[in-house]
Amino acid sequence: MAEILEKAPLTCSGCGLAIATRIICRNFRKPSILVLSTGCLEVTTTLYPYSYFNCPVLHVAFENAAAVASGVFRALKTQGREKEVDVIVLAGDGATFDIGFQALSGMVERGEEVCYICLDNEAYMNTGIQRSGATPLFASTTTTPTGRMSMGKLERKKKISLILGMHPIAYLATASIAYHRDLIKKLEKALAKKPSFLHILTPCPTGWRFDPQHTVTLSKLAVETNYFPLFEIEDNKLKLNYKFEKRNPISDFLKLQGRFSHLKEEEIQKIQEMVDEDYIQLVQLEEAGEVF
Amino acid sequence: MKVKFGEVNLLNGNEAAAAAVVLARPKVIAVYPITPQTACVEELCNFKANGMLDAEIVHAESEHSAISACIGAACMGVRTFTATSSQGLALMHEVLFIASGMRLPIVMGVANRALSAPINIWNDLSDSIAQSHSSWIQLYCASNQEIFDTIIQAYRISEEPEVLLPTMVCYDGFILSHLYERLHLLTQEEVNSYLPEFKLPFAVELGKRMVLGPLVGPEHYMEFKKSQRDAMQRAKREIRKANKEFFERFGRCYGDGLLESYNLEGSNKVVITIGSLAFNFRYYVKKEGGKVGVIRIRSFRPFPAEELREAVEGVEKIAVVDRAYEFGLGGALYHEVRSSLFGLEKKINNFILGLGGKKVRIDDLKFIIKHCGESKNYWINVHGENVSEDG
Repeated sequence: MAEILEKAPLTCSGCGLAIATRIICRNFRKPSILVLSTGCLEVTTTLYPYSYFNCPVLHVAFENAAAVASGVFRALKTQGREKEVDVIVLAGDGATFDIGFQALSGMVERGEEVCYICLDNEAYMNTGIQRSGATPLFASTTTTPTGRMSMGKLERKKKISLILGMHPIAYLATASIAYHRDLIKKLEKALAKKPSFLHILTPCPTGWRFDPQHTVTLSKLAVETNYFPLFEIEDNKLKLNYKFEKRNPISDFLKLQGRFSHLKEEEIQKIQEMVDEDYIQLVQLEEAGEVF
Repeated sequence: MKVKFGEVNLLNGNEAAAAAVVLARPKVIAVYPITPQTACVEELCNFKANGMLDAEIVHAESEHSAISACIGAACMGVRTFTATSSQGLALMHEVLFIASGMRLPIVMGVANRALSAPINIWNDLSDSIAQSHSSWIQLYCASNQEIFDTIIQAYRISEEPEVLLPTMVCYDGFILSHLYERLHLLTQEEVNSYLPEFKLPFAVELGKRMVLGPLVGPEHYMEFKKSQRDAMQRAKREIRKANKEFFERFGRCYGDGLLESYNLEGSNKVVITIGSLAFNFRYYVKKEGGKVGVIRIRSFRPFPAEELREAVEGVEKIAVVDRAYEFGLGGALYHEVRSSLFGLEKKINNFILGLGGKKVRIDDLKFIIKHCGESKNYWINVHGENVSEDG
């Protein structure tokens, strides 16, 4: 089968979102139209006159991919082609959590049959590692630098999937490039039941400051420490896909990354408590049944 | 609203716009409410609810998303429409440049309204004039009949393969949008005969390697912009052609399409303005007599500089009347006129009036005509006085 994403030579080595995008593109089930938000993926794949995607790609702006995709879907509907084509948004965390959240919320509320995929590298990486609503507590970024008076970002990450779960959404899931089969299964569902949302954590060697060989290791650790639990929301219910009898300590995940290298035991403990609290919340939501 | 196509109807400006959109048959319409445009999109939703409009309606959550949805749909090669006013248009600002840069022939109704702050829902032209750098064609209407006719013409102009630029059809908020007027509506067959099927030469094709909206570096960016500039120049020709053919088929035209002159013959003085205000001047001049001409700029973008130079050939004194002001520069139209007429020996001055819906009185028109072409520029009826800009 011909690769849809043939190569992306402009991404950094070890780029998590390049891996995620390749997995996604290998698993298209129908002719697809990609709508990109402005960001790393867009600038590394669509530099005129080239395109690394062997399919139609639309890019309009940073914050409006969900609205553009809505227009694409409606146009297909008027042509009677909406069941023959998948409309897929690939957007970064800034475009999803922050500047494009309104458009995404509107798209889901209207029930536009679009699969929206957030490739989350936890900061504005394309502009050079600035804090976003997806940046975790205590991470050092260029706009939350560490210093004598600063421990990095002082706020917690927005729970984007739970927020979208409270929308009338057909399917949503978190996914990891280290849990490859799980990701593909979820992508299949997300393409079959729309509007849908996939939230994929995509480690960024440049922004997180780790050795590019650790991209998949970190993806795996993010799940095994419960930092990024894998779950899905379907038929109004949340389901945790992987439950570990004994989760790994969060320090396993943190210590490989330069963005957390300033942390002392006290902050690591705080993050551990936060991760455990957030996980308990997910377990409770799962036990609660049809709450979405 | 009940309309009878092919007959004379009593409609307000928003209804006239909606009726024209129905006949232009766009496939995707993005709607978001804002005063004074709201009734236009309400009527479109009514038309759809009553089976008279076969289009997908995107109930966008903002104007920014409304115009973005139009872009997505237009890339698929379908005809699109949206409408807005004031803050809504300002919110679209970023995306307007992208719509034109991507060469998408979107048509948008703009019911002109003042910009905040202070917040004000009444009429002036500051909203669309502020977007005059966005590479959208801007046509300004002076009657509800013209709104109806211009929306149909706009699709034809925008979709012309040598143009492919979006068009704003601007009409004065409240003064036209809410004023009822008798107007003649065309039939579907008539519109079909005038407006060919829409084909976008670079529409999305499934399975094809293509990027609509690529990243373009310094090697190619300026080339894109030059071709956009050439398209806007060609739009002038197409606006004239659309106006002429409309006249030949349906018996109505608006000057040469770019500007409309009245009573210029033998007039030493001329008033140049935009929109429905030009009709006020025409009415006044007709009633009061006198050798005063009126020129209404219909196409603000592209701006008809050469046509204007020709039109004012026999005129000595010119009053440019603005309802949009560029702070730190002056009246928006005034500066366009001055640069268009550069080198000609004309006495030109500027009058600012009607901002934020300030009533335009007969006395104001009288004052402008009296002081036409003098050395001072005036703000009309501020604290009840006409104030010279020089203080």
